[in-house]
Amino acid sequence: MADLSVIQSATHAPQFDDAAQQREAATFGMWVFLATEVLFFGGMFLAYTVYRLAYPAAFAEASRHTLIAVGGTNTAILLISSATMAFAVRAAKERQRATLAWLLLATGALGALFLGIKGFEYAHEVSEHLLPGRNFHFQGPHPDHAQMFFYIYFLMTGVHAFHLTIGVILIAWFALRAWKTDAFAKNDTAVELLGLYWHFVDIVWVFLFPLIYLVNRH
Amino acid sequence: MIAETCVLPIKVEPAENYLNAEHSIRSWLLTTDHKRIGLLYMVSITLFFFVGGAAAALMRIELLTPRADLVTSATYNKLFTLHGVVMVWFFLIPSIPTVLGNFLVPMMIGARDVAFPRLNLASWYLFMGGGALTLWSIVAGGVDTGWTFYTPYSSTYANGHVIAMATGIFIAGFGSIATGLNFIVTIHKMRAPGLTWFRLPLFIWAIYTTSLILVLATPVLAITLALMALERIFGVGIFNPAMGGDPLLFQHLFWFYSHPAVYIMILPGMGVVSEVIPCFARKSMFGYRYVAYATVAIGVFGFLVWGHHMFVSSQSIYAGMIFSTLSFLVSIPSAIKVFNWTSTLYKGSITFQTPMLYAFGFIGLFTVGGMTGLILAALAVDVHLHDTYFVIAHFHYIMVGGAVMGYLGGLHFWWPKISGRMYCEWLAKLSAATIFLGFNLTFFPQFILGYLGMPRRYPVYAPEFQVLNVLSTAGASILAVGYLLPLAYLLWSLRYGKPAGRNPWQATGLEWTTQSPPLRDNFETPPVVTREPYQYDAQAAELEAANHG
Repeated sequence: MADLSVIQSATHAPQFDDAAQQREAATFGMWVFLATEVLFFGGMFLAYTVYRLAYPAAFAEASRHTLIAVGGTNTAILLISSATMAFAVRAAKERQRATLAWLLLATGALGALFLGIKGFEYAHEVSEHLLPGRNFHFQGPHPDHAQMFFYIYFLMTGVHAFHLTIGVILIAWFALRAWKTDAFAKNDTAVELLGLYWHFVDIVWVFLFPLIYLVNRH
Repeated sequence: MIAETCVLPIKVEPAENYLNAEHSIRSWLLTTDHKRIGLLYMVSITLFFFVGGAAAALMRIELLTPRADLVTSATYNKLFTLHGVVMVWFFLIPSIPTVLGNFLVPMMIGARDVAFPRLNLASWYLFMGGGALTLWSIVAGGVDTGWTFYTPYSSTYANGHVIAMATGIFIAGFGSIATGLNFIVTIHKMRAPGLTWFRLPLFIWAIYTTSLILVLATPVLAITLALMALERIFGVGIFNPAMGGDPLLFQHLFWFYSHPAVYIMILPGMGVVSEVIPCFARKSMFGYRYVAYATVAIGVFGFLVWGHHMFVSSQSIYAGMIFSTLSFLVSIPSAIKVFNWTSTLYKGSITFQTPMLYAFGFIGLFTVGGMTGLILAALAVDVHLHDTYFVIAHFHYIMVGGAVMGYLGGLHFWWPKISGRMYCEWLAKLSAATIFLGFNLTFFPQFILGYLGMPRRYPVYAPEFQVLNVLSTAGASILAVGYLLPLAYLLWSLRYGKPAGRNPWQATGLEWTTQSPPLRDNFETPPVVTREPYQYDAQAAELEAANHG
């Protein structure tokens, strides 16, 4: 991940010629990092695609066992959090410290809410014996193939939730700094890069939602 | 004269530089200086090289006789896994990028450091953490899957510490990603004024392309190993056909990383050769732009040929035909490079210093390795040669004959800059010749063995193969001597070597314009670039004019 702490000092780090070069380097570094993330998730999306093409009926049946209302609510929550994040980046640019702190707090809270709801959803699925492994039970013609769906489901949403957790922690830390210090007064690059990361995590969910919840619901 | 400088200790007080600026252990372990981090990597990968080499030595000794009389089959499986894992992930992939790349990238582009110095140090800690876990998994009992971790060897039927070793590689992989990210950003954003893309040294082009592969391919390896480990932990069957999974998916994902990884290993070596050849031929690089384009082309093609590892895996024959064709295409940019290096030599004033010997070795051995790659890329022939010693010989010509020769050549070329000292030239030439001879004696017989049908990864073989195997083991012994010699005389040079001065080879390139060893911030004054690289013709004309004037 791009070295966030380097870019928060109001002046520039010694390896750079000036603050502009530092800003460009940090931003570019974050984009390269997000490119690696695309490839990281790409392996899992490939696995999903391969098995959905191989077992369309089982994937459709398994998908109907997911909680679409919960998934839909979570999608809305993340989209709203992306909006508050975009406003936060704007506030950082406008040097509005208090607004920045409040917007970051709102974004972090929405992220935490998503994780809480996801937790309830996981608990429900575990109680329904949908967690792959020894306790997996599935009424239907292809329990093995349905198990594959739920394995990929838990894996991808789990890795996504892990990324989201890191995002929430960073946002909380940034909100605290925006509230207590004027760390972002002269340099808003760090907020912008955190925003990039947050939007990326949201976009991953935007792809996950239809692949998991909407396989065969019409 | 040369012999004299090699035995007389010369006492000099070096000027302040990055090596003597601070002396504490802490100043090394917490350094953010790209040059010191390069040296941390140098020490680490040297250690790993000798660990992996010891496993290879044991295998070669075992193969002296057709029977498994030194080690059991199970131990032999663990030895070739250890050798492959350590050599690929903990020596070859980090070798030139993390040692020479860390040292040289900021210096060659006229920067004070990489873009993210602390991330750079973190990369080394990730590398060492992953390496420690991998070494632990070896000591704790080893892994017998082969370095490819093919399922079901690694999932259903694995004996050993597969998860620990995969985790080690996973962690080290993030070190690779961070290094690649750092280099990409540094090369894009921190070049000296006037240093346009087509004024960059070809070594930078090579490291840049390598970094692109590192950041785009390594995450796929990470998720592949994670899937494999989770399959083992939770008993789900993403790669297990009994549960609806597909073991071929593992191979596709694995080679999507591991074929481009071959270019992570060879491209930096090509970069070194592109620096060494013009310097010791005293000529500008022939077709500079085409070599730069060819570097990027190899990187792009490298992502599109992974299926040639799977011709006999039940992959579709049509996919096989496409992968075969694309694999042939890789030879075009590779050949452009070889022809341009040899064209650079044409009518050059060639001198045969050690780095040049390694560069010559690289060109010859890489050509043999590349041409035999074409034989393997041919669908029908591959059915016969797949998983034989022909494959072993082919990729060792690329990875040892190419990548290791490139690393050693680069190490000798920039050693005066790194250490500020000259090594003993005649010993260095002797070791370069020893390595070349030992290498060929080790691996050329393996082409014949493979063609005759000897399969890889077995401690036993048919008695008629013994003569060629004994030759190969004899070659490996010579090779070992060749690898131990530089360890001795390079260390010796640190204390007793002749001071190198700024530019002992009269080379062009920004790194030679500063003192040796360089200052902490590399340059006394920030450099400005006004000309193309490799202006050896212009340099010769200036010297000529100065002599007549």
